[in-house]
Amino acid sequence: MNKHSTDQSSYPRADVDPPSGKLFPHKHLLGIWGLDPTAIKHLLDVADGYVDLNRQPVKSAPTCAGLTQINLFFENSTRTLMSFEIAGKRLGLDTISMATGNSSIKKGETMLDTAATLNAMHPDVLVMRHGDSGAVKLLAEKMDCAVINAGDGRSEHPTQALLDALTIHRRKGKINGQTIVISGDVAHSRVARSNIYLLNAMGARVRLVALPTLLPADVGELGVEVFHHMEDGLAGADVVMMLRLQSERMNGAFLPSLREYYHFWGLTREKLKVAKDDVLVMHPGPMNRGVEIASDVADDLDRSAIEEQVEMGVAVRMACIDILTKELRSGTGS
Amino acid sequence: MKTAYTNARIVDPATGFDGTGTLIVSDNTIEAYGADADTSGCTETIDCGGRVLCPGFIDMRAHAVDAASALAGGITTIILQPDQTTTIDTDAVVERIRHRSVDSQIVSVYPMGAATQGMNGKQIAEIGQMQQSGAVGFTDCNQAVADAQVMRRLLEYAGHFDALIVQYAENAELGAGAIAHEGEIATRLGLASAPAAAEAMQIDRDSRLAELTGARLHFALISSKDGVDAVRAAKARGIRVTCSTAPHYLHLNDNAVEGYRTFAKVRPPLRSEEDRLALIAAVADGTIDTLVSDHSPKSADVKRLPFAQAASGIVGFETLLALSLAPVHAGKIDLMTMLEALTINPAQLLGLPTGTLAAGSFADFVIFDPDKPWRIDADTLISSAKNTPFDTLPVQGQVWRTVSDGVSVFERA
Repeated sequence: MNKHSTDQSSYPRADVDPPSGKLFPHKHLLGIWGLDPTAIKHLLDVADGYVDLNRQPVKSAPTCAGLTQINLFFENSTRTLMSFEIAGKRLGLDTISMATGNSSIKKGETMLDTAATLNAMHPDVLVMRHGDSGAVKLLAEKMDCAVINAGDGRSEHPTQALLDALTIHRRKGKINGQTIVISGDVAHSRVARSNIYLLNAMGARVRLVALPTLLPADVGELGVEVFHHMEDGLAGADVVMMLRLQSERMNGAFLPSLREYYHFWGLTREKLKVAKDDVLVMHPGPMNRGVEIASDVADDLDRSAIEEQVEMGVAVRMACIDILTKELRSGTGS
Repeated sequence: MKTAYTNARIVDPATGFDGTGTLIVSDNTIEAYGADADTSGCTETIDCGGRVLCPGFIDMRAHAVDAASALAGGITTIILQPDQTTTIDTDAVVERIRHRSVDSQIVSVYPMGAATQGMNGKQIAEIGQMQQSGAVGFTDCNQAVADAQVMRRLLEYAGHFDALIVQYAENAELGAGAIAHEGEIATRLGLASAPAAAEAMQIDRDSRLAELTGARLHFALISSKDGVDAVRAAKARGIRVTCSTAPHYLHLNDNAVEGYRTFAKVRPPLRSEEDRLALIAAVADGTIDTLVSDHSPKSADVKRLPFAQAASGIVGFETLLALSLAPVHAGKIDLMTMLEALTINPAQLLGLPTGTLAAGSFADFVIFDPDKPWRIDADTLISSAKNTPFDTLPVQGQVWRTVSDGVSVFERA
């Protein structure tokens, strides 16, 4: 099957079972890099089931009752932290959240000491976000429990990529063969990296559209087409994922002004005309309206999936926690 | 007391001599060497078993003295960098280090002084007095003197004393915050990175200033093809520039930091395969003058951190010879050229009386088995820390004896 074929099957199914015979043969979810399509598809399938649950009046599915989940966020976050907390609670875990921006853990104690301390409290799931690339992997090496990366530096944000994939799959019916544009501050974005790996693994055509100062070196080596003009990159696109422009990039060092950025790279109805009529517009949030995206595009009920992404986020995180604790639960007979 | 080191393959890069023979040491002085050296009066004879005997290595860039480790690596002269707990930027600190070295007698330690006061990049340090006290070069270590006006005056001032200025070759603005080589690996790992152009730019600028002032300038730790090309071009113009690299740049490319392996975190960063090959070629053709270990012991506490926070540096004394020999065994660099870069070249740059086996010189030499296979084992390193990315690597070439000031200070069975 051609990678870019228009075959109606949802995912390019792996021809063989994974070597271990497990659908998700990993202890942690540290990134999308290294996951095979079978594992990704399994995560998405399970998450899809949780979407239905989350739309019921009673949203509790306490399959993980009695387990402990620690959310350790070394970087400020509201929506991701809350999403993980809701996901854990709906599965029946006891969730504890620590935002260490205002705690003594941040300074003085090394990360590995923190890991030892947390490990001694016997959590079953640790969700971690950190400002340094690779930090979550380092901590995971010292933890006995499952570790989920909720974003590390500029490296990866795997649950964001999974929720984006689930959104695309539900709206478009498939990921394979879709032309998907990722636009904005790719250089500083872990969301972009995780999405590139995931969408490539699932057979999508990935395009990056950004001004040169916001593209990392040799990014074309990651298996993407690189464009600098929105008009070129958006032509014929099925999906457009906009990235948030961090305020610290707006001060003239990476681009001259917000006005100029919006003029050339802001997503507007006008620029979207070259995309497919049913183009899906996505944004990981929080949005800068009038900077990377026009309000009328963001609020277009037919094309914008931005709120749906948030909804999918809870389901995807439930799926991750469910899958990563499955063996533990079967082992303890619960 | 006279000792004869017989049956040695004597290699003296100072004269280009490479032949089997005997070396005669009288107390702490080399008396003679050659195929027909006169052994009469020798009270001790040591059979070198055909091993290579060459001048003790001069390591032009070390961040710690770590004497036992140095001697195990065949290094008899250490050039200590100024980035110590107390920055070496006054004659008092230089003198203290020199006195300690003379007292210890087993390994010679010469400090480099800071090029600017407190390595702040702004005011020129007391180069003249530090030189009188025994400093052999002046550098701000891991940061370039960024301000062109300061650099120009520094070179002019140092030129007056014929002092060697050693510049870290990285444009400060492009290199700010960078912890990896700009390329696919850094992009995928999400690490802040700088391009090789940052190195070449600094070399280009400072070569112009060296030309303008006529001063001697040495670029430390060249890591890229662009950097090598820039030095080659400056040399072709007749500018008095020289440069060094470390064996880890000849041995590894940026693949080594995959998985956020902080033991491969060094400054400048490991670069691409193309860069690595260009560096080997540049050692072979003499563009790169000296090989240094950049010995930098770091405890696991400062290495086992997220990549951005982890300390840079590796321990290099004990692996210097074996890693330097790898391209020799591969036929890319000849043994004489490699040994020049470890002995006579740094001696001449720094004005040291060592680095030669000439009659009358200090008996600082090393005897090594160039072909002996062994496996680097971090746990058995003598070094004060074990931060090496080469753990378990099979290598060839090992020190058998290190003789410093006439005394056999390291022996391996």
